[in-house]
Amino acid sequence: MDTMSPLERVLRGLALTLVVVFFMFPIFWIFLMSFQTNETILAIPPSIVFSPTLSNYAALITGKLQTAAGTLDIAFMRNLGNSIFLSVASVAVALVLGVPAAYAFARHKFKGSEDIAFTLLSFRFAPPLLVLLPLTQYFQWLGLSNTYFGLIWVYQLICLPLILWIVRGYFEDISADVEYAYRIAGHSWFATFRKIALPLAGPGIAAAGLLAFIFAWNNFVFALVLASADKQPVTVGALAFVTSSGIQYGQIAAAIVLSVTPTLALALYAQRYLVEGLSLGAVKG
Amino acid sequence: MASTETLRRPVSGFRISRKMLPYVLSLPALLVCIGILIPFFTAVIYSFQRYRLSQPWARQFNWGENYLNFITDPAFWNTLKVSLLYAGLTVTLELLLGLGIALLLQRRSTVNNFISIMLLLPLMIAPALAALMWKLMTNPSFGILSYLASLIGLHDFRWASSPDTALLTVVLVDIWVYTPFIMILLLAGLRSLPTQPFEAAALDGVPRSFVFFRITLPMLTPYILTATLFRLLDSIQQFDIIYAMTQGGPGNTLTVFQVEAYLNFFQSTNVGRSAALLIILWAITYTLSNVFIKNWLRLRERARGEA
Repeated sequence: MDTMSPLERVLRGLALTLVVVFFMFPIFWIFLMSFQTNETILAIPPSIVFSPTLSNYAALITGKLQTAAGTLDIAFMRNLGNSIFLSVASVAVALVLGVPAAYAFARHKFKGSEDIAFTLLSFRFAPPLLVLLPLTQYFQWLGLSNTYFGLIWVYQLICLPLILWIVRGYFEDISADVEYAYRIAGHSWFATFRKIALPLAGPGIAAAGLLAFIFAWNNFVFALVLASADKQPVTVGALAFVTSSGIQYGQIAAAIVLSVTPTLALALYAQRYLVEGLSLGAVKG
Repeated sequence: MASTETLRRPVSGFRISRKMLPYVLSLPALLVCIGILIPFFTAVIYSFQRYRLSQPWARQFNWGENYLNFITDPAFWNTLKVSLLYAGLTVTLELLLGLGIALLLQRRSTVNNFISIMLLLPLMIAPALAALMWKLMTNPSFGILSYLASLIGLHDFRWASSPDTALLTVVLVDIWVYTPFIMILLLAGLRSLPTQPFEAAALDGVPRSFVFFRITLPMLTPYILTATLFRLLDSIQQFDIIYAMTQGGPGNTLTVFQVEAYLNFFQSTNVGRSAALLIILWAITYTLSNVFIKNWLRLRERARGEA
């Protein structure tokens, strides 16, 4: 590596620049667009010099979009609220259900434990529509169509396997001897779990929770199939947005910026754990 | 110590026996998932039925007819072809690109670490929203990419709205979103390789191409396999990007499995055909995921061992 020739150094630098431009440009461009009006967006040639406006964001926040055909009501803030609520609630449920199960799988090799763990993992790889399409009918019978409860339940398909497999890995990393020592001192298994295992696996549990949040937030197909407009998260809401006529393009861009900011911020915060989370614990970062 | 135990016992009421404990802990998670297994079996039943939402009275078992019809159904072969083409193209290109970028970033330095974190961002954007971003950029009247295409002589380049370039465009979006996934897995793999073989090779003056093909690649293989299978499993089921970008169009250019099944269910209300398509897709992913899980387990064991 130290024997890099000047030519190679230049080529590497050039290649990396191209890579960075390709992956960063769309984010940069949409961000710029969100501060523009239709006049500057439609200008040819496109220019990155313009007088920025916050009108797109203001329109989204007030929910009143001024169009050529009059005022259009768009409940984008409601979509944003739905995204926050659905993701937070789904992760909370997944943590409550998944962390004890992960502990059981890590500490006790009981009959059928591996089979159960793999069945849960296989949900991660099954085509979601296979479950969702029949589920639309069951939800109608059960009165769960278009309810937060039903959606949060289905979101467990993404959150639970993630939590279970990542947290299980963290519990396995804790030496069982520490727990035995504490138990021999006369403490119950629950006290051991709460006072020893949980704090030691804490960072891992937090990371798994953040990742599950990102995946829940980014999900599209569950809500597309199971939710009506008033329960839809931003991923589905923003799409409906595009088809409404007479809309300002900058407002679509602003909606995208608002929708991706939370996950991008969390990803930067938790980036240390992303490698492990994305590979479900198979690769350490 | 024994005295505290006896003191505690009446307070806690009953004690869960040690043998039952793991079952009790994992039962709630299991129950939630069983509710999801039932629709799976329902889908299997649907796939063996003649079942249209528009004609509920005509619903009856036709056994393998939905599947047999596929043999002479050009739409089905189109679905299979497009799905395989999409998965093949995206995974191959992402693997090559991801490996290339990982090699460029292999050396730990402030700049490299910063770039590798920045490159994660596309992966953290919802694929449906990423498709929307690219839709804005490829809009014929104001899209920056349409403008750039016109600068190099491609006037009226229609991106996703033309049947000739629609596949190319969604593949491009897929590459933008998912290359970082392969890149960070391979980067983690590269950085975890032992350094001795490389030092020895450098001392002996072994050519770099030889080092790459005979040392780096073989040692990286488990990571490459895991990343590839992971992507393949997702890619063959891609729905978000394609649906958000073109809804399977123009025409039936992009009716991959899940998009076709979705349209069958909600537009032509042919539940039987939709379910049969999804079962075939499931059979493909199930086979792949068995290969994948074996590989993934080996890698996981190793990661745990090193921890």
